[in-house]
Amino acid sequence: MKTQTVLVSVDSGSVLKGARYYKELFQELVNQYNLDSMVEVLETGSLGIYREGVLVSIFPDGVYYEVCSKDDVEKVVSEHLLKGRAVSALMIDEEIIKKNQPTEEAKTSETRIVLRNVGVIDPLVIEEYIARDGYMALGKVLSAMKPSDVIDILKESALRGRGGAGFPTGKKWEFTAKTDSDVKYILCNADEGEPGTFKDRLIMEGDPHAVIEAMAIAGYSVGASKGYIYIRGEYYGSIDNLNKAIQDAYEWGFLGKNILGTSFSFDLTIRLGAGAYICGEETALIESIEGKPGRPRFKPPYPPVAGLYQKPTVVNNVETFANVPWIILNGAKAFKEIGTPSSSGTKVFTLVGNIRNRGLVEVPMGTSVFDLVYRYGGGLPGGKSLKMVQTGGTAGTFIRPDQLNVKLDGVILVMDEDSCSVEAAKVAMEFFEHESCGKCTPCREGTRMAVSILEGISKGNGKESDLDLLLRISDTMEETAFCGLGQAVAMPLRSIIENFREDFLKHIRKEPCPVCVYEKPKKRKTPA
Amino acid sequence: MVVDQTLEKVKDIIEAVKKEQSLEEGDILINCLHKVQDVYQNFVPSEAAEIVAESLNVPLSKVYEVLTFYTMFSTKTRGTFIIRVCNSLPCHVTGGAKIIETLFEELKVGFGGTTEDGLFTLEKTGCLGLCGVGPVIMINDQFYGNLTPERVVEIIAGYRKKGRAGT
Repeated sequence: MKTQTVLVSVDSGSVLKGARYYKELFQELVNQYNLDSMVEVLETGSLGIYREGVLVSIFPDGVYYEVCSKDDVEKVVSEHLLKGRAVSALMIDEEIIKKNQPTEEAKTSETRIVLRNVGVIDPLVIEEYIARDGYMALGKVLSAMKPSDVIDILKESALRGRGGAGFPTGKKWEFTAKTDSDVKYILCNADEGEPGTFKDRLIMEGDPHAVIEAMAIAGYSVGASKGYIYIRGEYYGSIDNLNKAIQDAYEWGFLGKNILGTSFSFDLTIRLGAGAYICGEETALIESIEGKPGRPRFKPPYPPVAGLYQKPTVVNNVETFANVPWIILNGAKAFKEIGTPSSSGTKVFTLVGNIRNRGLVEVPMGTSVFDLVYRYGGGLPGGKSLKMVQTGGTAGTFIRPDQLNVKLDGVILVMDEDSCSVEAAKVAMEFFEHESCGKCTPCREGTRMAVSILEGISKGNGKESDLDLLLRISDTMEETAFCGLGQAVAMPLRSIIENFREDFLKHIRKEPCPVCVYEKPKKRKTPA
Repeated sequence: MVVDQTLEKVKDIIEAVKKEQSLEEGDILINCLHKVQDVYQNFVPSEAAEIVAESLNVPLSKVYEVLTFYTMFSTKTRGTFIIRVCNSLPCHVTGGAKIIETLFEELKVGFGGTTEDGLFTLEKTGCLGLCGVGPVIMINDQFYGNLTPERVVEIIAGYRKKGRAGT
């Protein structure tokens, strides 16, 4: 029996810093020192802490190291594993690890809901998931619950969709269950494309079976026997891990015909996106699975009534699904104890930009931006002061440092004093211009106009009336754009102009912008 | 490369995807195009598109509608290596603008352009979900993070060597 375990955090991010190489090196050295009968070296998902090096934890000691080089690995093996002395120089402050745990009151692993297995198990080994109560919820549902019981628990838990719109999940399932049809579908929206977000990727790479289990439960609850996971084409790590997980789930009888000996059957497969942000919109995603360009459909009817192939369809986000098995096993009451009364549970936030602890944290719903930036994120690096924060991704609001108590969603992008509002607005609008699907005029033309006006301002060719024009464009888009993407463009544009108007005026007055990244527009050499 | 053999291969790929992944009619078009594009090194030529249309029983116009809508697909030849640069704000604020400038200088092409030697095509992409290690670029299916202009020059040189050795 091996007494010590070395867990190397491996995900798309840490691989870039040599995680795979370090893992092999650990194994090599463990063999070399003849420790292989006592020490096991395993891969795990990401703990969501992004520092300079690769995160390595040693259990049962509960020590966390950050290794940046071959020497570091050698030190950990020869000191910690061989001699039993912790290498304090490489240890990560326990506080940071704790900050990545969900609540301040209860810093225990059981309140980590969505990320309960991420960074703990080997995502490619189904037995490890099962050992942590994996597929127990599916077993419970199939053996002891009616479909309506499952929906009742979800409704009682007040779980809301984690994809952005926040629709109550139980209600969505209920609508789908009540729509009469012989064929229904369960879709998982894994087309994560909101800039700054990578929570879904970490869940899929670190705990793929949680998504599969939840989708099977959803299938049973609403009477669907087929499901699709729609993943971004660029998410190679997620695609590989989910493919392997689906294959294993079929072999173990958690997918396919007569699951766990019951009359319930469920088939699941993966569909790839091909580089279109708009496909994160649920009806565009449906169009894409049907083999068409991802252009949104008119709503209503909503997918629970007429979705994929015009059949009743549940579309939920990866994170939403990852909550479901936990709720089934622990009950709605336990879930409601976390978060706020109207929205219970936890939320996974990604902290990006000019912030010390880039990465992700799972915290109760209702945590303030201030806490996220300073308590969990460790503040700004290099002694810089805070200029602005954008919450909720590129479609989110830009806020000033004095507004950090607002409610928020998903991503926290921190920008320090060296960033420029005009530049930020321009980059955000260029993104939307690139991703607009072109179906409706307000979005197609509105984003183009916004970019060209902002370009003018950034080069010192703006007028004050341009700002009013930009605000009018955002109003028009909000009111008349066909889908949520076009409507959402208004938020960042309006908020950055309203909250940082002085910055824009400075550019218009051609005052040299003291903090601007591009002080004078340099001619970029861009031959065709 | 003998053209006929390649086309046979395309047929086989489509049949395999159909068998393994199809739950409903018509739901595998995009998955097939991904695989076909891999065979032709980053683009889908018209003769292959015709086979896809025929095998999946969809009009050729529909295949082209899909090919031209999604940015990961191309109907024109592209370089051996596709460099996708994240142009989202999280990468931008951590030094992404300098990375883009370096790529322009190093490759002497703009976005959408292919280098004269046919090795590289430079493209923009949305967030790659690796903001923890930004700025980030992707070359074919490999990611590179925590980039600096010097590192970019180094990476490109590495691929150049690899590409020239291959031809």
